[in-house]
Amino acid sequence: MGLTGLEIFKQLPKKNCKECGQPTCLAFAMQLAAGKASLDACPYVSDAAREALDSASAPPIALIKIGAGEKALELGNETVLFRHEKRFEHPTAVTIQVSDNEDVKAKVEKINKLVFELVGQIHQVSMVAVANDSGDASKFADAVKTAQENTAYPLLLISSDVAAIEAALEVAGANKPVVYAADENNYEAMVNAAKKYDAPLVVKGNDLESLAALVEKVAALGYKNLILDSGARETSKVLQDQTQIRRQALKLFRPFGYPTIAFANNADPIVESLNASAFTAKYAGIVVVNSAEPQHILPILTLRLNVYTDPQKPIAVESKVYEILNPGPDAPVLITTNFSLSYFCVAGDTEGARQPAYIVTVDTDGISVLTAWAAGKFTPETIADTVKNLGVMDKVNHKKIIIPGGVAVLSGKTAELTGLEVIVGPGESAGLPSFFKKQWNQ
Amino acid sequence: MAVNIIKERWTSKVAESTLGPDGLKIGGESTLPFMHFEGEMPNRPVTALEVFDMEPADWPEMLKAPYADVLGDPVAWAKKVVDLGADMVALRLMSAHPDWKNASAEEVAKTAKAVADAISVPLIVIGCGVEEKDGEILPVVAEALEGKKALIGCVTQANYKSITAAANGYGHNLIASTPLDINLCKQLNILISEMGLPLDRIAFDPLVGALGYGIEYAYSIMERARLGALTGDKTLATPVVCFVGQEAWKAKEAKDPDVPEWGPQDERAILWETTTATTFAIAGGTIFILRHPESNKRFKAFIDESMKA
Repeated sequence: MGLTGLEIFKQLPKKNCKECGQPTCLAFAMQLAAGKASLDACPYVSDAAREALDSASAPPIALIKIGAGEKALELGNETVLFRHEKRFEHPTAVTIQVSDNEDVKAKVEKINKLVFELVGQIHQVSMVAVANDSGDASKFADAVKTAQENTAYPLLLISSDVAAIEAALEVAGANKPVVYAADENNYEAMVNAAKKYDAPLVVKGNDLESLAALVEKVAALGYKNLILDSGARETSKVLQDQTQIRRQALKLFRPFGYPTIAFANNADPIVESLNASAFTAKYAGIVVVNSAEPQHILPILTLRLNVYTDPQKPIAVESKVYEILNPGPDAPVLITTNFSLSYFCVAGDTEGARQPAYIVTVDTDGISVLTAWAAGKFTPETIADTVKNLGVMDKVNHKKIIIPGGVAVLSGKTAELTGLEVIVGPGESAGLPSFFKKQWNQ
Repeated sequence: MAVNIIKERWTSKVAESTLGPDGLKIGGESTLPFMHFEGEMPNRPVTALEVFDMEPADWPEMLKAPYADVLGDPVAWAKKVVDLGADMVALRLMSAHPDWKNASAEEVAKTAKAVADAISVPLIVIGCGVEEKDGEILPVVAEALEGKKALIGCVTQANYKSITAAANGYGHNLIASTPLDINLCKQLNILISEMGLPLDRIAFDPLVGALGYGIEYAYSIMERARLGALTGDKTLATPVVCFVGQEAWKAKEAKDPDVPEWGPQDERAILWETTTATTFAIAGGTIFILRHPESNKRFKAFIDESMKA
């Protein structure tokens, strides 16, 4: 990543042997720079050049794999500072911490129940952290065993004691837990322990400078399956360090080319939840909290969903008939698109007006009313088909549908195709309360 | 390998505005939110709590409870939100709405004046939301509030002319509202400033959505606007107003008292409103209009922490 054809060319043998299939080494270098050829095609490249080119072509932030089985997850491979530049790739692993001093089974079971349906998809936390608060290695290993037996989530093992980590890895190492953490004092032994299971290892500094130095020492031991902790715990410091690490990584400062972890743990669960959400938006690969209460976790998972949504692919809701406030046969039938925001606005303002209603969402591939109209996806034909196929008019005792004011121009043709009276609603959903009052309920 | 801290060399900053009789300063940032290592955040983000000029019809019980003794008395309500720690009072002239009392410009102006006289913090006055009616009442309100240096809104493409002229004449600032589009926002700021109201007397409202309800659109618009402001686009350098309470309390996660799988409403609703606010704070919001006093307290505590260098 980032190397030009000429920079790559300098590393090649310059024999122009054509064995790679390209006419010259320079042509081959250009193909490599464009990502259209692999270095493996060159039979004469030196090992030194291969290593230099391999590391230069590595992504700015390494892809790190955590856990095993259906709840395994990946972090890293991020390419931007702002989601509007492209998108964020791997959603933050929201992790709930359990202490080896508490009833591990009870808390893990509580964590397992944190399952929420958001815009038609299931959203859950990502990992369970087990902390060696007891200071006792065998108690820690027992707690890790209990956690592993009671949840499918990947584990994060927290202890500065290498013996405790080794004991825990004997129990759980095969499932690739995250090891926390290698610090200045224990890093050689921690690297050996993690390496044995190829488990991702957190490298913990006291600040950015000491973190970079320690990552280099760890890398020199040949281990690159890493996650970064700058040691910051205060809100302001975490936000600044996370931003700096992301900036450095994108500028190919290699010691910071890994996902990060941030600890939001706080005795006050509201403060904890707010900080966890902020760290989720600002680059943390893993964010750790203590609370397993749904009211504290749901906001974090919702924000994660929102921030990690691809700006180029809007979230769609299912195309169906939504019933607002138990509508009866005389309730209005509102037509909109299946762009989630269009639906939520119409549903929210209808509910706000305390107006029972049916909302029909036409499948426009999740794009908004005016965009879908311009793209030919929100048309008299698609509206008529949807109204007919969903059978919404069987639920009511009238023959009227309401379409968004922005597409008033569709009313005539839609009326013709459906045989229904088509009423033009307000241009913005905020006008619905007034519309119901003045036009529907008169 | 030593870490050379990357500091962006921003060439410009967010406009600094002054509100209220005592000159509360907002804006003026010369870096991204809370990036204290590379620039200044001379003024902290500020809050307002909403006060309605009539008893709100659609507020859930949990939201009415802290104001139970003052609902329907805007002056007492305004004093109460100041006591509860709001930096400003946001008076919403709901009674002017044709669906409610259809109150006249003179009636609502009288209320606005009484509220402004009862408080020493800056006053935000928000119309009833019907563009045509707001175009009639807000100029009269602006006249009644002469000298108070209020923040008046929301001004739209449809009604900005009459309100801008009055705000300029009587010395107020304006909130310019445009729906989730950075170019529309620039355009309205330009139209208003071409009528003679300087850009540092405008705050823009991107019509934010709540957590779970399109928050990411306004989040990215604020990030883009801040980047624009820092790289010299004066028409994007106006402070940002976030109508957090209005949106968050529409969400069923905030207003539904009885959904066991989401946990108890008291903490859930406060987190819904406050998370919406903190998310916009890290994207570049300046003025946060909230509804519940606990959210105001929690949000300010978050800002205290984030402002530490």
